[in-house]
Amino acid sequence: MLDVANLTVDFRVDTGWIRSVDDVSFSLDAGATLGIVGESGSGKSVTALSLLRLHNDRATRLSGRVSFDGQDLLALPERRMRELRGRDIAMIFQDPMHSLNPVLTIGEQIGETLRIHQGLDRKAAQVAAANLLDMVRIPDATRRVTDYPHQLSGGMRQRVMIAMAIACRPRLLIADEPTTALDVTVQAQILELLRDLREEIGMSVILISHDLGLVAEFAERVIVMYAGELVEDAPARTIFEAPAHPYSEGLLRAIPSADVDTHRLYAIPGRIPDPGNRPPGCNFEPRCSLAQATCAASPPPLDPIAPEHRIRCPIRSAAKEVAE
Amino acid sequence: MTDRLASPAEPQPVLSPGATRRRILMRRLWRHRSFRIGGGIVLAIALLALAAPLLTSTEPTQMNLRARFAPPSAEYLFGADNFGRDIFTRVLYGARISLWIGCASALLAAAGGAMVGMVSAWFRPLDGVIMRIMDALLAFPAILLAIGINAALGPQVTSVIIALAFAYIPRMARIVRAAALVVRELDYVDAARVSGAGGARIIFRHILPNCMAPLLVSVTFVFAYAILAEAALSFLGIGPPPPDPSWGNIIAEGRDYSVQAWWIMLFPGLAISFSALGINLLGDGLRDVLDPRLKVEA
Amino acid sequence: MTEKPDNTAPIIRVRNLQCDFKVGPGGRGKRILRAVNNASFEVMPGETLGVVGESGSGKSTIGRMLVGLLPATSGEIELFGETITGPTGRRALARVRHRLQFVFQDPHAAMNPRMRISDIIAEPIDVQGGWSRKDRADRVAELLELVGLSAVFADRFPHEFSGGQRQRIVIARALALDPDFIVCDEAVAALDVSMQAQVINLLMDLQDRLGLSYLFIAHDLAVVRAVSSRVAVLYAGEIVELADKRALYQSPGHPYTQALLAAIPRPQVGARKPPIRGEVPSMLDRPAGCMLCPRCPKAFDRCKVEAPALREVAPGHSVACHLFEGP
Repeated sequence: MLDVANLTVDFRVDTGWIRSVDDVSFSLDAGATLGIVGESGSGKSVTALSLLRLHNDRATRLSGRVSFDGQDLLALPERRMRELRGRDIAMIFQDPMHSLNPVLTIGEQIGETLRIHQGLDRKAAQVAAANLLDMVRIPDATRRVTDYPHQLSGGMRQRVMIAMAIACRPRLLIADEPTTALDVTVQAQILELLRDLREEIGMSVILISHDLGLVAEFAERVIVMYAGELVEDAPARTIFEAPAHPYSEGLLRAIPSADVDTHRLYAIPGRIPDPGNRPPGCNFEPRCSLAQATCAASPPPLDPIAPEHRIRCPIRSAAKEVAE
Repeated sequence: MTDRLASPAEPQPVLSPGATRRRILMRRLWRHRSFRIGGGIVLAIALLALAAPLLTSTEPTQMNLRARFAPPSAEYLFGADNFGRDIFTRVLYGARISLWIGCASALLAAAGGAMVGMVSAWFRPLDGVIMRIMDALLAFPAILLAIGINAALGPQVTSVIIALAFAYIPRMARIVRAAALVVRELDYVDAARVSGAGGARIIFRHILPNCMAPLLVSVTFVFAYAILAEAALSFLGIGPPPPDPSWGNIIAEGRDYSVQAWWIMLFPGLAISFSALGINLLGDGLRDVLDPRLKVEA
Repeated sequence: MTEKPDNTAPIIRVRNLQCDFKVGPGGRGKRILRAVNNASFEVMPGETLGVVGESGSGKSTIGRMLVGLLPATSGEIELFGETITGPTGRRALARVRHRLQFVFQDPHAAMNPRMRISDIIAEPIDVQGGWSRKDRADRVAELLELVGLSAVFADRFPHEFSGGQRQRIVIARALALDPDFIVCDEAVAALDVSMQAQVINLLMDLQDRLGLSYLFIAHDLAVVRAVSSRVAVLYAGEIVELADKRALYQSPGHPYTQALLAAIPRPQVGARKPPIRGEVPSMLDRPAGCMLCPRCPKAFDRCKVEAPALREVAPGHSVACHLFEGP
């Protein structure tokens, strides 16, 4: 359904253009879930925003192809794109407070989406809004539609955002760090809600998060991004049980566990390179324990090492071949 | 859902090591078109004012009765007034007084406003009283206030400066107070408190320097207001006293002859408009660049 | 370094600590929000007491009161034998100030953007006064090395550093006067996973080398497990469970602790139990009973009318829940 090919995003900064997303390709079937994980600066959010072309045109350069149901979203005129946003592809963000208008009731805000895309009148939109609030498990929904955002807790606001996102029963929902601002117990509730809604509506979901635990619980397939590049793409089980790329592996080992005592955490040395100052070869080479001379020489290709499993690490790909 | 993001969230500007905050700001300012244009205008006017003796051979107060109401010509570029004084010379020299009044009163207002604003933000019990006084002053038209002060101090350039500075202190104080109230809640102020820092250190090392950006921006706008206000005061007869020219008093003196000698009022008027425009453009640029939402740390 | 006291007496003693905020227009309102209610605990030399809780649990409020950033409404805080609450508190706090420090969540906000790194790190030194220029510069260099940064960074400005580096700088400042006790308020929450692991390891190395005690405040139970020796769980301003790390994570007593542990997303593929319902209640107008009651799957009649007290259920393991009391 969604097929992203060679997506590249550049941003203009003071000193020129920097590459935020570099040649990212992936695809997503209808009804499937995909997790995009990476640290800040990995390009994961930019990738998602680019699918909807939500960046400022003048400071952004997009290239590649994003085909959604056969049409290239990057080539679509802005007017068509506006129709598509919210109707076929919806998005929820990290901070529900700043995504809601403080002077409108939540019913009016949810209703607005419906009136724009489905042409409902005010009354019908209000009723539909109450139904949606019910769908996102907000208790006492018919009374809640007249509440203002500040009367709701953070978790409730995120539920309202989700209600707005699913108002038109989109076929793809992009959730960008939807639970990062929320407490652990509320986060678990929101995740469960997203899981249920996906089945009810039958939509595909892209979950973007820095939290590998969250992604592991939610997504069927996971792509790992590092410094703007896709470094590993595999089924979730493979990523979490047998990660092949040294960065994925390091990231997993660096997470403290709530279930076992550790004396000392594993830490990946060094830090993510600045986007304007990336190494000539593999981006991860300066931090990698497997690095060899060839790694620093040229950027590694994204190789398939198993069905549905690609990694950007020649050392590991070669090791895999030898093993077979 | 359909809101556009103004700027990308993830990428960070690439900084060369050792680049100071100031250098980055300078680079951004230089890139800002209205700052460049505004800066150019202001610089040009300032240079002309400084170079006045080189650009004209006459004195601004020198009369030539034969040249009374001479229209603009090669000899009298901007024409001459009712005493036959050269308007071009008077406008050049007038820039000195007008810019001095604008600049000095803006800086004075900034200093006074910073003091009042900091006291108000820091000593919370006084805040209510101080801010009500400032509100009362704000409710008074600035010009009216200046007329009162000027009348009390007598007609001289210094009293115009003091009068205008007083008139603009309330808005400066409001700006500094608002900024200081934000900064005083920041973690680095708490960090200083944990280290045992006293009020003076916190105010002068941490709060005040971080309130400078909005203050600087409003200094430029007050600068422009003050030049306009000087003209208004002159028009009312309580500006800088003649015969020394300021843009305001040239216009004031020319108003009786506006029909037969339009040039007396036109040229100083243009000078005022141009400098106000230049300073405002400059201020716009500063505001855009120093806006906290576009901060260097990104 | 100062002489450490013997290892059996606590360096921090907190008894019945309470913190109320007046809420309403201009902070002068009539309604009272009790952010911390009746908290008592101790911190031993060289240990890390982890404090976990969700937003609004009062964990940061406790941390801020311990270093004098917030006044306590009632109760007693004793630091190194000095009582910093009450009428003589201010002077007592001044005497122990140099032994306390604080590490903030957001290292970006914790540094004055207009100051150089050397001046930021040396702030406690400058406030204390009496250091020669050379001693000060040497100390700054030593501190930078201690936190794993190069001394050449001293002349740079905060915006030139990444989040992980900034947090190292904040830690260096905290260490400037050789403190004995540091409150880490969500010190790694703003960092990426790989940076988080580096900073946690740094904090633990520093503890080993310098004999520091920490009050480690966090919402992430996994992070708390990695650093703490004992853990206090806060809910709506109250300590609901306090135990050694092992006991708390292996046999959590309080239903809330159990729910928190169950809610952690784990990097393992698979389904799990449904999460606890509801959210943290409003702390204005506390109910008479247990604060968790409306959400608690094990609540019974008594929970609605009577608040449970924190009591010891095993040596060193206290729980505030009626399930652990006799009939």
